[in-house]
Amino acid sequence: MAVQILKEKYAQPVRAFKLGNTAEEGGTRGYSLTVGGEGTLPFQHYEGENPNKPIVAMEVNSNKQLDWKDTLVDAIGKDVVADPAKWAQFNKEAGADAIYLKLDSADPDKGGDSPEACAQIAKDVLAAVDLPLIVAGSGNATVDEEVLMAVAEATKGEGLLLGFAETEHYKALVAACLGNGHGIIARSPLDINICKQLNILIGEMNMPMERIVIDPLVSSVGYGIEYAYSIMERGRIGALTGDKTLAMPLIATVGFEAWRQKEAWGTTEEYAEWGEQSQRGPAWEATTAAACLQGGVDILCMRHPDAVKTIKHQIDALMTK
Amino acid sequence: MKIIGERCNGMFLDIREGIQKRDPQPLIDWAKKQEEMGADWIDLNAGPACANEAERVEAMKWMVEVVQPATKLPLALDSTNYDAIEEGLKLIDEAHIHDTLINSVPCEQEKMDRVFAMAAEFGCKVVCLTMDAKGVPQEAESRVAMAMELVANADMAGVPSDDLYIDPLILPCNVAQFHCPEVLKALAQIKTLADPAPNTVLGLSNVSQKSPDRSLLNRTYLAMGASCGLDAVIADPCDDALMEVAASTEVLLNKKIYADSYVKVYREKNL
Repeated sequence: MAVQILKEKYAQPVRAFKLGNTAEEGGTRGYSLTVGGEGTLPFQHYEGENPNKPIVAMEVNSNKQLDWKDTLVDAIGKDVVADPAKWAQFNKEAGADAIYLKLDSADPDKGGDSPEACAQIAKDVLAAVDLPLIVAGSGNATVDEEVLMAVAEATKGEGLLLGFAETEHYKALVAACLGNGHGIIARSPLDINICKQLNILIGEMNMPMERIVIDPLVSSVGYGIEYAYSIMERGRIGALTGDKTLAMPLIATVGFEAWRQKEAWGTTEEYAEWGEQSQRGPAWEATTAAACLQGGVDILCMRHPDAVKTIKHQIDALMTK
Repeated sequence: MKIIGERCNGMFLDIREGIQKRDPQPLIDWAKKQEEMGADWIDLNAGPACANEAERVEAMKWMVEVVQPATKLPLALDSTNYDAIEEGLKLIDEAHIHDTLINSVPCEQEKMDRVFAMAAEFGCKVVCLTMDAKGVPQEAESRVAMAMELVANADMAGVPSDDLYIDPLILPCNVAQFHCPEVLKALAQIKTLADPAPNTVLGLSNVSQKSPDRSLLNRTYLAMGASCGLDAVIADPCDDALMEVAASTEVLLNKKIYADSYVKVYREKNL
């Protein structure tokens, strides 16, 4: 007897977000990318549409005293990480779909670049590669507001995605994105209620919901990824069952999370029983990314070229119907 | 909790005059107002505005024609005259026909035959009343038995169970208190009658007829009903306290994810 496959019927799809503007769209990108739009849980092709492939945005960090572990820096090149434009080109060649520019140098402790200097870095990256661009502040709230405003104005029309808007400070960034045609990353600390509230607050400032991407602040494999998954899953089911304030694509800073952990960077000598670091590190990052994909993440922000290669292979396999 | 906005009803003087004088303004204003306040449907009922059945047909057609362009919401065509409902359905645009409600059909064979055939033909939804020619039964069990008959008849006509809104009929508590817990019992059982489960609905303001604090009774009963499986009410979306309770039931029953602005989001359906 044939087995009847039970299918869930959902009320609405996740909104789609378009990253990057081509010349025809008022920017200078070689192509634009659309993410989100899922009509079902991740990769359940038998049940609904997954019209857009998850993308990988590879990180360029402007921090002049980059504190990344040697093993990771060596995989990219010491001279490369010293120059954001060169780094962007390296990432493009490594298979990045987009660039994730993290402006850590805006932090007074990491270089103290002025808003103008930061805007110039963003423009340098845009000039160096034609990939769509995501830009995040340093995480230092006292400087980020002005930095992101300067970046937003200097890149008007390029259709960037800017972060991070958080409950405590989101208004300036919303205004900057709204006025310059950019999307906004709404970040909440693994809390679905705060996530929803922040989306509502941003929406109240007349930001179209189509221009919000959610960063649920995931963690790494081995450090609570299961909880991160459960939050993403709850939000996505809420979205699919009709909650308009949660029906946005997801972004996750996978590289940052994975490479914080000693399981990724611990040397082969020190942790011989864990196996060869050069394989273990990228595997840690790729596995974290894989878990995020299953939670519904649409934009993976990653670091190691080998991890990117692995996860892109997996994305292709998962998208095969 | 879905809200069927009750205000476009000939029971109200401004609407009655509007219908009689064919002045669309009061209907348009109330349709817009109810949409803004968080309604999910606009109920259209000519009520005492019509002197005879022929007038009812014309009144329904006119109401649909003037209200449909004024709101994004689907309509609930509320009449005991099925010719009026059928003529009204013919005027509904394609985008809304599946969400349009026929309000309503009782558990009487002839009426069920006509209404369910009409619902299947137009592909719309139906409010079903658990009463027959003898009236509203007292006990929950009789209400559920009629609900089952309604579901079975709809099924035979090709109307899916989740397109039904079954109303176990609440009566005013100041004269028929016994019914209040019976309706709650019936609500819970109706949800188990079919898979997918039929929806449930109540004409909420009936519970408070002729009582001094109607809003208090309405919203209290709404909360009690929600926890028994009540999906929709015919009510006044402009009653802020009622809408706050309705929003809260969705959060407290874990049907919607909590956020501090949950009441606002509940009322801003088109955010």
